[in-house]
Amino acid sequence: MDIQETQRLLSEYLHELANLFHRVPGSAIFLRYVKSSYQNDPIRSAVELFLFLFAVRYLLAPKYSTKPGVVQLSEDEIDDLVDEWTPEPLVGKPTAIEDMEVEKRTVIVGPVGPKSKLANGRTVVNLGSYNFYNFNTNESLKEKAIQTLRNYGVGPCGPRGFYGTQDVHMKTEADVASFLGTASCIIYSQAFSTISSVIPAFSKRGDIIVADKGVNFAIRKGIQISRSMVRWYEHNDMEDLERVLAKITKEQAKKPLTRRFIITEGLFESYGDMVDLPKIIELKLKYKFRLILDESWSFGVLGRTGRGVTEHQNVDAAEVDMIVGSLAGPLVAGGGFCAGSEEIVHHQRISAAAYTFSAALPALLSTTASATINLLQNGPETILQLREHTKAMWAQLDPRSDWVYCTSAPENPIMILVLKPEVIAGKRLSIEDQHFLLQDVVDECLANGVLITRLKTLSDNFEPKQVVPPALKVCVTTGLTKKEIEKAGTTIRHAITKVVSKKK
Amino acid sequence: MPRRSTNSSANDPSNAQSFSPNTGKGGIAFKAPTTKPNLLSQLFSTSPKSKYELRPANAVVKGATNSGNHHPTSISSASLSLPTISLSTATAGNPNMDEPPTTLFQPPSPEEARRQAKQNAQFGPIGHPSHRYSSQHPGGVFPVPIMDEPPYYYLLTTYISYLILIAFGHVRDFFGKRFREENYRHLKPRNGYGALNSDFDNFYVRRLKLRINDCFDRPVTGVPGRYITLIDRATDDHNKHFYFTGTTTDTLNLSSYNYLGFAQSEGPCADIAEESIRKYGITSPSTRAEVGTQDLHMEVEDLVAKFVGKEASMVFSMGFGTNANIFPALVSKGCLIISDELNHASIRFGARLSGASIGMFRHNDMKDLEVKLREAISQGQPRTHRPWKKILVVVEGLYSMEGSMCNLPGLIVLKRRYKFHLFVDEAHSIGAIGPKGRGVCDYFGIDTNEVDILMGTFTKSFGANGGYVAADKIMIDQLRAANSGVIYGESPAPAILAQISSALRIINGEIIPGQGEERLQRLAFNSRYLRLGLKRLGFIVYGHDDSPIIPVLLFNPAKMPAFSHEMLKRKISVVVVGYPATPLVSSRARFCVSAAHTKEDLDRVLTACDEIGNVLQLKFSTGVAGGALPLNEDATPPPEMEKEWRRKRDPVTPPRWRVEDVIRRGVQDVKGPLY
Repeated sequence: MDIQETQRLLSEYLHELANLFHRVPGSAIFLRYVKSSYQNDPIRSAVELFLFLFAVRYLLAPKYSTKPGVVQLSEDEIDDLVDEWTPEPLVGKPTAIEDMEVEKRTVIVGPVGPKSKLANGRTVVNLGSYNFYNFNTNESLKEKAIQTLRNYGVGPCGPRGFYGTQDVHMKTEADVASFLGTASCIIYSQAFSTISSVIPAFSKRGDIIVADKGVNFAIRKGIQISRSMVRWYEHNDMEDLERVLAKITKEQAKKPLTRRFIITEGLFESYGDMVDLPKIIELKLKYKFRLILDESWSFGVLGRTGRGVTEHQNVDAAEVDMIVGSLAGPLVAGGGFCAGSEEIVHHQRISAAAYTFSAALPALLSTTASATINLLQNGPETILQLREHTKAMWAQLDPRSDWVYCTSAPENPIMILVLKPEVIAGKRLSIEDQHFLLQDVVDECLANGVLITRLKTLSDNFEPKQVVPPALKVCVTTGLTKKEIEKAGTTIRHAITKVVSKKK
Repeated sequence: MPRRSTNSSANDPSNAQSFSPNTGKGGIAFKAPTTKPNLLSQLFSTSPKSKYELRPANAVVKGATNSGNHHPTSISSASLSLPTISLSTATAGNPNMDEPPTTLFQPPSPEEARRQAKQNAQFGPIGHPSHRYSSQHPGGVFPVPIMDEPPYYYLLTTYISYLILIAFGHVRDFFGKRFREENYRHLKPRNGYGALNSDFDNFYVRRLKLRINDCFDRPVTGVPGRYITLIDRATDDHNKHFYFTGTTTDTLNLSSYNYLGFAQSEGPCADIAEESIRKYGITSPSTRAEVGTQDLHMEVEDLVAKFVGKEASMVFSMGFGTNANIFPALVSKGCLIISDELNHASIRFGARLSGASIGMFRHNDMKDLEVKLREAISQGQPRTHRPWKKILVVVEGLYSMEGSMCNLPGLIVLKRRYKFHLFVDEAHSIGAIGPKGRGVCDYFGIDTNEVDILMGTFTKSFGANGGYVAADKIMIDQLRAANSGVIYGESPAPAILAQISSALRIINGEIIPGQGEERLQRLAFNSRYLRLGLKRLGFIVYGHDDSPIIPVLLFNPAKMPAFSHEMLKRKISVVVVGYPATPLVSSRARFCVSAAHTKEDLDRVLTACDEIGNVLQLKFSTGVAGGALPLNEDATPPPEMEKEWRRKRDPVTPPRWRVEDVIRRGVQDVKGPLY
């Protein structure tokens, strides 16, 4: 075979190949493109070729992890690391305070009333429960609860969305709404879980929350889970609130409008003092924020008929966007509620976690709530009596004690007693010392037949950390006579004097 | 697609012989199968109001006349009244009664009859002593439930349905926003306030969920027992608002988590609850940490700890809150939570609050979990590579949307190797699973010491409310001081505690011995019976055999309301769920079986499903998940070869049984493996 023959064959093959290529649809366009681009701009062709080769190389290159900082380890090395790793125990050693909490727990035997029997057999005056009106031992309420039990059983066996909405729930919702004077209301099955679900149902990432520094634990959890931007203002300081609001309005002027909320409490859980609602309403309207008001401790307590801080300070409840409250405590039922416009309530029915994913409130607690609301509405004298009693107790403690003072509002039946600053400074008491000291006071009171508690708090992982001053908690009840209240007040005062003065 | 039975042998009379009961163990419920359809059809034709009075009575009649051996511990007869009383109750309105009265007893007074009927509506009497089964893992490898898939046609039409829904939604929004502005006001910033709901987030609710809103939030009244009373409602504005029509409908309840049938307003639990209200008042108005702890709380905590097999426990007033509050007390920054991807929202809520890093593994996939564990331990914390302080693996005992159980044996093997802490949420499994009703550990025969923390709720099996956490005493003592649920959460009410303690004591046989066992075994039987029946009819059913949660796959979104409505027409209430609670394609209906159901109730469900399945084209299982025809007894291989043998049996024939055959064969087949 000579060279010519080879050349001929080669050209034949090439020709055939070219023919094949021409038969591919679109090949003419491709060829024309290559030809023209080459003739006009060889550099461009070179760059294109380079890009093509780079693409091929890139696609064929081995995969690598996109996670930063992953250390490549062999299986054996991983096995070694697994063997080496020793985790911490699931629950650490309890601290001294935690030990005390468990050890000093009071256990009541039998019913919770103004006088309760303890596990050690003694009967004491109970100033620890939120049984302000002593509804807990009310026979007609008991009968009603039993009647409900006999019609509905105990549990509703399902979440509200799936056949757990009973007629009694709808009635309680309507009762609370009409009691407060809002358009609508939704009930949850635990008071503590209510607001921590209400907040994230509305406030999302990118939204703005302005909250009081002294808000309770549940609100802090709600804010934490919402992942919203949060600004704090000094506890109950309206000027600071206005400063924060003005600052945010200025900062956000150029940005797209997001949801903005002010969150505060009616009566503060940790301090007992009262919010200045008219001022907050004025600021909220001025700066266009929505207001979420936690009335867990003021609902059923403040106002002529117990409607809460709105009634007490003559504010239209409809001005507050969301009123969150508790049906447990003085109303002796269970669960919490959020009252507001129909739109606000409707939205929670789909998107509030503690509502959608939780079983409904037991029917007998729901009917009890309706019944106690009715009692309050029709008997303002009970509330007057509670206020008288609170005044009597206040008189025994606040002005007469050298060691403690009361941070609660005078209308608040929960009296929060903290050590005076000069006492703390004089005795150089750390927070922990104060806890132990106050626990001694509680023990001393108990020894003298009066059951009170410390304000129990928990520190959390949410910044900025909140330090609630250690305090005593005295809950007044109308189940006792005024004399008994005064006597108990004296006992508490003496116990404080005895324990604190001894402390070096 | 084959609609109607492709199962020739089922219709073949010669083969039908092989179906006839080989009167082995347990006895056969129906001696004369031909009468059964008549009975059923008659029951369907009776008026809805009187139905619940009739059905249980029939069951008792059958029990009394056919066998005459009433089970000594039968709830209906032992504790409440003589069987003859029920017999006479039935004569009141039952046209089907042709037997002459076989007793000299006087018929009961109308009040007595009404009381009995009410009781039976809450908890049906067992039809036959053979309707029991004990749920326990048979040993060996825990099988991953087979997820059957429908033909592509159904997947395709599902996607197209959603596309159409979304397209329509956008078109309506487009015009709505221009011509009906007032309806969109809450989605737009107004007067300087940001929009309360974002337009985008709200789209699903506004344009998809609203269409089928009448299937959700159905209001009810009375006890959610065997029957549930729906309050009828209607709408004039396309499901935006409902008004009550003033009537009620009694429906068979397959929607409540009333696994052991403790949702009762009569009987020992309710009596004890009533007594506790009289004695203790309605509530304990304080938190657990302050003065909200009563002797009742201590008693229930002891009972719960003993029941689940741990040293100590704590009880709370809300199940969701129990999970939401427990995690911050267990883990913190520098710790890792590895959670099953289908874990309940409350676990996610709690995990997010804890501040720990959160990882996920594929549902029930132990291989994936192992990969995640190896990566986590070897890589340590992100960026710093410091080792994790601790790793907490969180799973649920029984998943409420899938009906699947956690692979506890697999988890324990991994736990031994990788030293993580294990948290099992037994919200649905406690009481519902295991030969003694003590949850997944009981089911698998695993020592509870292998699991660090057991959490559960009282809402489901015990007919109460609230939740518990059980662990070693040291842990519980520490958690009592560090758990926000103890410090801030309201204390559970006495009536609820009484319900819990009485239910627990019934289950463990302390009060009314035998009744607890009956409830557990009836639940296990009912669960398997309905599941097997649905599989045989040709439905795609998810989950493990012994789970009382039975999801039936519907796929197309429009079948959700259709299924719900058709069931409601047949006076059965079911839950339908779709996206976002499930993946987009796999919309489903969920049956929650209860010990309060009788076999006849489940037959009614099967018959209804059969009819609806034909109309809605829901019978599309391929047979891989079970329900195929049983072969002759001789052909059954030894158990160790069973899997291999089953794989070889190719091709799998799609099961499409006739409902009569399903009902006839059900009782005897239910006790073997279900596939």
